[in-house]
Amino acid sequence: MTTLTKQPGNASGRSGSHNGRKPQPAKRSMTSRLGDLRIALFFIFPAVIGFVAFFLIPTIRGIYLSFTEYSILGEPTWIGVDNYTAIFADELFWNAMGVTLQYVGLNIGFQTVIALGLALLMHRVAKSTFVRGALLLPFLVANVIVALLWFWMLDYQLGIVNEVMSWVGLPRVAFFGSEQWAIPTIAFVNVWRHMGYTALLIFAGLQSIPNHLYEVANLDGASPARTFWSVTMPLLRPVLVLVLVVTVIGSFQVFDTVAVTTNGGPVNASRVIQMYIYQKAFGESDFGYASALSVILFVILALVAFVQMKFLKGNESDLD
Amino acid sequence: MTTSTLPRNDRKKPLNWRRIGAWALVAVALAVTIAPFLWMLRTALSSNSALASNAGNLLPADFSWGAFKRVLGLQTTEEAIADGGSGAAINFWLYLRNSVIFATITTAGQVFFSAMAAYAFARLRWPGRNKVFAVFLTTMMVPPIFTALPNFLMIKNLGLLNTMAGMSLPFLFMTPFAIFFLRQFFLSMSREVEEAAMLDGAKHLRIFFQIVLPNAAAPIATLALLTFIGQWNEYFWPLLVGQDESVRVLTVGLSVFKSQSPQGALDWSGLMAGTLVAALPIFLLFIAFGKKVVNSIGFSGIK
Repeated sequence: MTTLTKQPGNASGRSGSHNGRKPQPAKRSMTSRLGDLRIALFFIFPAVIGFVAFFLIPTIRGIYLSFTEYSILGEPTWIGVDNYTAIFADELFWNAMGVTLQYVGLNIGFQTVIALGLALLMHRVAKSTFVRGALLLPFLVANVIVALLWFWMLDYQLGIVNEVMSWVGLPRVAFFGSEQWAIPTIAFVNVWRHMGYTALLIFAGLQSIPNHLYEVANLDGASPARTFWSVTMPLLRPVLVLVLVVTVIGSFQVFDTVAVTTNGGPVNASRVIQMYIYQKAFGESDFGYASALSVILFVILALVAFVQMKFLKGNESDLD
Repeated sequence: MTTSTLPRNDRKKPLNWRRIGAWALVAVALAVTIAPFLWMLRTALSSNSALASNAGNLLPADFSWGAFKRVLGLQTTEEAIADGGSGAAINFWLYLRNSVIFATITTAGQVFFSAMAAYAFARLRWPGRNKVFAVFLTTMMVPPIFTALPNFLMIKNLGLLNTMAGMSLPFLFMTPFAIFFLRQFFLSMSREVEEAAMLDGAKHLRIFFQIVLPNAAAPIATLALLTFIGQWNEYFWPLLVGQDESVRVLTVGLSVFKSQSPQGALDWSGLMAGTLVAALPIFLLFIAFGKKVVNSIGFSGIK
């Protein structure tokens, strides 16, 4: 997905239009208009195959399929926008959207706040690689493993969390098993997995803020809180926006955790949009409908990215 | 891994209790992060049948290696059932092997072919170069689920369902991120050595293999490491095309293992032993190269 990078020659990493063109010595014989075209074609050939076969054609085919009725067997039949009109009248679709939005809200809200706090802690007191590494560990372990681990720890009867809760006199909670708790629990599990990673991204942003700004603020007698809101936050904004874009887009596509724990249930309580797409395509063999759903998801993600970049001005720095 | 606790920008020594409070928060965060993994180990070393009566015991309940034996197929069915297993055949050796093959093939192909493309985008001059690069980059925006359905149909039409080829192909050639990541490094490399070689009559292929790749060994190793971890953890695509036992990878194997157990009577210690087997290579890589991974996230997002 989106990338932040500190490599030279590129500050934003999003435009794609920055060119790394450097003056070439006249000595090189390649002064013709075609330049190194032939050898370049050789070098990008495998990547082009991958691009065309597994990104370009599938994208076009996915859009085409969304206008068809297709059950894997036989040929797709063109039905115009019927899938889309059906989707807008589909209660399960709106339920999936609602569930997904609830998940995204909980996940992003907690994750961003906790990660920002961790990043500030790392920046102020604990810069050690060991601390950063330990906090990153859950992110490196597969979603499936993390999900199963918490599925066990949050088990109603035997899970250690419920065990501890009953020691202190709290009632047991069916974390994955109740409609009310399923989505908050899944959001929590993924916050646990991602908080260290997100904190590291923010931490890197904090390190790029020049020290002298803090010194000036200090000389002016600014309180730590004032320094945070007037120096740190404005300068951190571009990083925070990129982090938000990446994490929001990622969490709209939550699947693995749901698939191995609740499988969308209980009832429809955790059937997120990607789960719904998966069930339509592979459970009901309704590839046309599933394709239309994924076109809608695609459009939503593009809009989310666009709106966030536009209104939070993620590609402008305040550092000038 | 060294510990440096003296941030440069702490010009005025803050109140000591504030510092203690901050470290206490760090300790809490570390505990919340690490403790679940210890619980995983504790459960895996317990007998499944003893878990129920020792739910709150911090040490393994009725210590036993049975869970590991069970998931690695070293227990007979009778032993497994006596030990609280489901009795269903489960073979994590096979899944482990499949995961190694899948992650290695896709990492090698993806990193190598992406490096070739990155070289063309960074070091060669040709018309339309930046436009083509921009088109490649836009694919970063396409959500994987969107291409997954048509890709599944294509792999199915090619008759490659439940083959290692079908599982690997979509990952084999490139990702926009890998090309983008390596291009940045290639751009920043000095041109002098390359030009000297060029004057000596070296061709691009030789320059690529003998100058560019060795000079970029560190970022390539980092990229390979991140790619391998990502591929090792991949679940969605292998779930679609690699259900068959012969190509089943660990992530899919784990979810099958879980769903095979009767509802309400999960083989928890077996499940946790399975997750440990699946996570072990990541832990080992992390111990060996953790610093590299941590520093690479300095500012270049993994995904």
